Amino acid sequence: MVRERRAARDGRRAREFEAFVAGAGGRLLHAATLLTAEPTGDTEAAERLLTAALARTYARWDRLRGEDPYDHTRRTLAALFAHRGHRYRRPRGGTLARLTPQERLVLVLRLYEGVAEEQTAAALGLPVERVRAICTRAVTAMRSAAHRRGTTGTRPSAGTPHSAGTPPSNGTTGTGVTGTGITGGVTGRRAATGGTGAKAQAGAGAGADTGPQAQAGSGADAGAAP
Amino acid sequence: MSFPDRKETEVRRMLEGAHPALPPDLAGRAAERGRRMLHRHQVVRTIGWLLLLAAVIAFGVWAAIVEPWAAPPPTDTTPPLEGW
Repeated sequence: MVRERRAARDGRRAREFEAFVAGAGGRLLHAATLLTAEPTGDTEAAERLLTAALARTYARWDRLRGEDPYDHTRRTLAALFAHRGHRYRRPRGGTLARLTPQERLVLVLRLYEGVAEEQTAAALGLPVERVRAICTRAVTAMRSAAHRRGTTGTRPSAGTPHSAGTPPSNGTTGTGVTGTGITGGVTGRRAATGGTGAKAQAGAGAGADTGPQAQAGSGADAGAAP
Repeated sequence: MSFPDRKETEVRRMLEGAHPALPPDLAGRAAERGRRMLHRHQVVRTIGWLLLLAAVIAFGVWAAIVEPWAAPPPTDTTPPLEGW
């Protein structure tokens, strides 16, 4: 009798947990990848971090008592990262590679996840002013880096080759077109002043901006009923 | 929109991007690890209760044997009063 009830509870928990991970896992893994500053293709450390955080959420699933599992996983992820932060000091080439682990953590919680300043401060055990200062410093560092990239043009432009390229039915002309597309994008950005170049780059990402937000909402909804 | 807000929005756009592909076995691995963690917690809790029970029994037995609430026998070590 007790054993049957326990088995039923285990099955329900496993199903709910799987649905939660299917919904919110992508966004959580992206956040973890930003934290560990790994390139998009190689997310081994981020996966390890996320697995540890998700395992803790699973172990707590029956005692969440109406708390959002996404919130719990995010908090655990931040705590684990803060605890192991020294392991990720060596930059590996992600978006936030030039920041310190603490700056990355504050930036991801504040700007990517949209956690309030007070909650971030409470989660990290820092005064609110300190969180604000770290956030400002990280934002400045990121923007100056983006400006430098914009003026030197080391980063390949995101949309130009695909928008300019014809379907690759014809091999040689296809590559020719994409080649000119890349150079055209770079020279275009070089011609522009630093500020407008970075703004154009930021604007190019605006189209994809609403996607992950919506996905995160649905993900949190999918797993919000433990 | 105020000035720092605009800066933050700019960085926010940098942070958004293509999500990395979620490995298909990540949920399973996390669940397995969580299950082990849960099991470990359960074992620790069981051991804790057993220890508490053993301590209570030991205390009861000791109290029944020693009866520390019984008053000690009166002592007669006081020297006799003389010369009053």
